[in-house]
Amino acid sequence: MTALIELQGAGKSFANRAVLQAVNLSLVPGRIVTLIGPNGAGKTTLVKIVLGLLQPDTGRVQRSAQLRVGYMPQKLHIDPTLPLQVERFLQFANTDDVECLAALERVGIAHLIKQPVSGLSGGEMQRMLLARALLRKPNLLVLDEPVQGVDVTGQEALYQLIGELRDELNCGILMVSHDLHLVMAATDEVVCLNQHVCCHGTPQQVSVDPEFVALFGAKTALYTHHHDHEHDLHSGVVNSPGSSSCHHDSVQHDSTHNGSTSYDSPPYDSPPYDSKGGSQSDV
Amino acid sequence: MYDFLYLALLAGLGVAIVAGPMGSLVVWQRMAYFGETLAHGALLGIALGMWLAWSNSLAVIVVCLLIAALLIAFERQQLLATDTVLGILSHSSLALGLIALTLIPGARTDMEALLFGDILTVTVEEVTVVWLMAVGVLITLWRLWPALLAITVHEDLARVEGVPVERLKMVLKLLLALVVAISMKVVGVLLITALLIIPAATARHFAKTPEQMAGLASVVAMLAVCTGLAASWWVNTPVGPSIVVSGSLFFVVVFLGCGRKV
Repeated sequence: MTALIELQGAGKSFANRAVLQAVNLSLVPGRIVTLIGPNGAGKTTLVKIVLGLLQPDTGRVQRSAQLRVGYMPQKLHIDPTLPLQVERFLQFANTDDVECLAALERVGIAHLIKQPVSGLSGGEMQRMLLARALLRKPNLLVLDEPVQGVDVTGQEALYQLIGELRDELNCGILMVSHDLHLVMAATDEVVCLNQHVCCHGTPQQVSVDPEFVALFGAKTALYTHHHDHEHDLHSGVVNSPGSSSCHHDSVQHDSTHNGSTSYDSPPYDSPPYDSKGGSQSDV
Repeated sequence: MYDFLYLALLAGLGVAIVAGPMGSLVVWQRMAYFGETLAHGALLGIALGMWLAWSNSLAVIVVCLLIAALLIAFERQQLLATDTVLGILSHSSLALGLIALTLIPGARTDMEALLFGDILTVTVEEVTVVWLMAVGVLITLWRLWPALLAITVHEDLARVEGVPVERLKMVLKLLLALVVAISMKVVGVLLITALLIIPAATARHFAKTPEQMAGLASVVAMLAVCTGLAASWWVNTPVGPSIVVSGSLFFVVVFLGCGRKV
């Protein structure tokens, strides 16, 4: 599968301080990649490079000629002195009324079309931003902290919506997240960033990686919802459909890494998965 | 017989019309202090104009552009916060302008007229310039309006969607410089920002869309010009301050009448 965008050895410094070093990243259609990392890890810088807002100092960025990016920024602060309705906000991306309404319907807030933007709740605001990104008819969605300011149930619903959109549009998705719990379940690949790529792989692989554990602690709960697909890109976790009955399974980390031992799944409906180790570090 | 009054009214209305949309953008983008800085710089521009025997408007625009360029250069350095840089530029240019005006031989003009406006002595040529520039600014704003709104809402988002953000911000600063240049005669350098932001803030209470706010702000500014001129005529108050006070009264009435919406 040809990549929509590919970064090879991308590095960026600000005022002689390296913010990103030798980052490789490949975004392909139909795949959700989540970027996690502590504050100051360079997540925003990497997103800006992907968006083309920043040029890397070193390394290469290759963009597919067909690349169309839909971008959902981290925070939308609309000055309360600016009277702006949801409909009008969408028209910046696409002036077609029918398409605007369709996008709002898709994200489930069509009833808010005449509402002032400043009166929206956190979840409604995020959905409106997502609708604007969709109006660009993207093959790559870049979502910077898409569930920010949304309560936990709302977060789950949003991640589910993002997963559905991926299936419908077969677009690549790059997500940034602070939150490790829900996002891990909603993603195909996790890239753990701390100026360089600490580790990457499926959520299961990354969550037991010693570098990840060192950054986020061993208590990071990990659970998945209904992943009915297999992870086979990194010779690790394969979620065989129907392999066992549905029960909560704690992830046992194998003995090659020290430290972290078990991860308790929270009491959500979560299918079991094996963890055969197999996390990757490319440091 | 009252030709000077009609001319004053005409000049004031020209400025008021353009103050609506321009003032709305200033309010949304929080450029009030920048507008203030340009206005203070305009005084330096007047001095430059007298010294070089240029037209006032041209000299004012040149100085305003110079200040905008300096601001951008300082912002790139990122050593000082923008409002600090603006404070330095604003008051330095005001002080420098005041000194320059006293030093230039034969330029002992009426300082009060420069600071607070002197609309009653406006000439036919000046009114023509006001209207030409006002129409020019309005046409430019009208054409760039969606893009200007897009960068007001979110710069990076606009950039990703292909809006030339940097160029638009330059154009906006240039347009503001033009508006400052034509507003000087009406309300003077110290009150220009008031003429921009008070009508826009007043219009905010009634507006549901950005366009409504811009249009209503023009109406409020025009009412303020009429009321101010009338007050000046009947009560013999200085015109520039009367216009601004009228605007402020409208704002207060709306604020008290409509509750604290903003």
